[in-house]
Amino acid sequence: MLIFREIRFHGRGGQGTVSAAALMALAAFEDGFESQAFPKFGSERRGAPVEAYVRISSTIIRAHNQVYTPDAVVIQDAGLLRSEPLLRGLKRGGLIVLNSEQNPSREDDNFRWICLPASQIGERHLGRPLPNTVLLGALAASTEWVSLGALEEAVTNHLASKGETLVNANIAALREGYGFITHAEEVMV
Amino acid sequence: MKKLLEGSQAVAEAVRLCRPQVVAAYPITPQTHIIERLAQQVANGELEAEFINAESEFGAASIVLGAVAAGARAFTATASQGLLLMTEVLYNIAGLRLPVVMVCANRAVGAPINIFSDHQDSMAVRDAGWIQLYVESNQEAVDTLIQAYRIAEVCGLPVMVCMDGFLLTHTFEPVDLPTQVMVDNFLPPFHFSRTLAPSRPMTLGGGSEPENYQEFRMAQFEAMENARAVIEAFDAEFDDQFGRAHGGLLQAYRLHGAQTVLLGMGSLMGAVRDVVDKLRDQGQAVGALRLRCFRPFPAQALTQYLSGVQRIVVLEKAISIGAGGIVAAELRAALHQAGNMTPVESVIGGLGGRDLTPEVIETVFQETPLNEKGATFRFAPNHVMPDETDRGDCL
Repeated sequence: MLIFREIRFHGRGGQGTVSAAALMALAAFEDGFESQAFPKFGSERRGAPVEAYVRISSTIIRAHNQVYTPDAVVIQDAGLLRSEPLLRGLKRGGLIVLNSEQNPSREDDNFRWICLPASQIGERHLGRPLPNTVLLGALAASTEWVSLGALEEAVTNHLASKGETLVNANIAALREGYGFITHAEEVMV
Repeated sequence: MKKLLEGSQAVAEAVRLCRPQVVAAYPITPQTHIIERLAQQVANGELEAEFINAESEFGAASIVLGAVAAGARAFTATASQGLLLMTEVLYNIAGLRLPVVMVCANRAVGAPINIFSDHQDSMAVRDAGWIQLYVESNQEAVDTLIQAYRIAEVCGLPVMVCMDGFLLTHTFEPVDLPTQVMVDNFLPPFHFSRTLAPSRPMTLGGGSEPENYQEFRMAQFEAMENARAVIEAFDAEFDDQFGRAHGGLLQAYRLHGAQTVLLGMGSLMGAVRDVVDKLRDQGQAVGALRLRCFRPFPAQALTQYLSGVQRIVVLEKAISIGAGGIVAAELRAALHQAGNMTPVESVIGGLGGRDLTPEVIETVFQETPLNEKGATFRFAPNHVMPDETDRGDCL
């Protein structure tokens, strides 16, 4: 079966948005898929809106174009929803993984919303309110597009130069994000 | 083994494997990550080279000029205005016949200032005497960089490896990095026969008079003519040793029986191949031809590939203001010279980073000639977003 998925990550400069996309692509590659990750091309500034994209495919990816109709959107800062059309192009039935303390996970006519307080969880593990690996865990748990093991491997390799403490903290954050979804599903069942 | 690497990082690893002794550069978007990674490698001791953070691109180019003249293998990278600031030195490097290798992370040229990718920068220096190779993927960037040193050193000509800024430099994709042993087997150590050394005094770059200047240009031209066979031979040899080839001068895609052929350069050709597959599935006789080597211009190979093709479309990401498409004009000349009078449709697009999506490319394939009388080219249409409701404020 041909698998082809596109994901768009939204965040602010400094939130690890580009890293999140890279980690997702690395994990997919680890799982045996072809993958591609790239930032929205432009000047990076701390605090400014940032976008990054991932493609995951069962066949070789040859195109180098922007992503226009993603299957999922990951939103690292809910405040961006008020200033930018973050859901533009999102496919009907698509997934939104939203970093939010207030909003419940739900399904509406068009989309499936997964909401979790990723900054809080991130802060507990990393000492800073960084939501990226938490949201990746939630994305993996709610889609099964990549395995948790592959994401852990990606975090370990990609962040190796930043030291073992940071790697372990991110893996813990990733696992909590993953568990937040799988645990919620168990409760619902 | 394949790894998922950012294009800039992959290229920096390839540079390291080529064992340059001098790396000089001035940072400019979107080349910066290449140079950052090389600086890191030198600082970590992974690469034994002198790293010089120059005061400008003019300085960086001058440093690699001097380094190669002194017998060192050297590397630099730049883009856009940086490449243009190097222009005078680029001509000198080529005229002195110094085998410098550089990466141009292709970017638009100001004004207006724009950091995104098109081919205007390297096209602007097309007559400087550098071999120019345009790559489609990060794998090809790595492989071409390794081939580039061998080509440069055998031909006595500098080589510019042109890779699309951001579209390749900032994209993570699977890349097979060769081992040091493999690269050492392919690329022998650099021995410069005209090395400047106090023990053997000689002049490099002396003046020339009207009586002999033209002969220097002729010799350069001949070396460039001879480079075609070298580029093809080393791509084939690379294939033998590494199991990958990139077409030598030109890479044909589904040309068999093709009535319409789209010619282009660089990373846009990945999407072009996807579109060719789609149109072929619909029964349309289309194909693609990727111009990998723009200098030397492979006129003969192009005319051979395009012989019998009914419709030729060139899609290019640069414009000669006052003339039109640059590749298209050169192709028209080549075909005309060979007695082939097939019209060449010239389409210009992707300027300043405008996305040439599969949808746009499909339109370029389908659309028929110019609407304006006397026009030599048309612009590619813009990408149109699919219909959607306003979902701006969802909370």
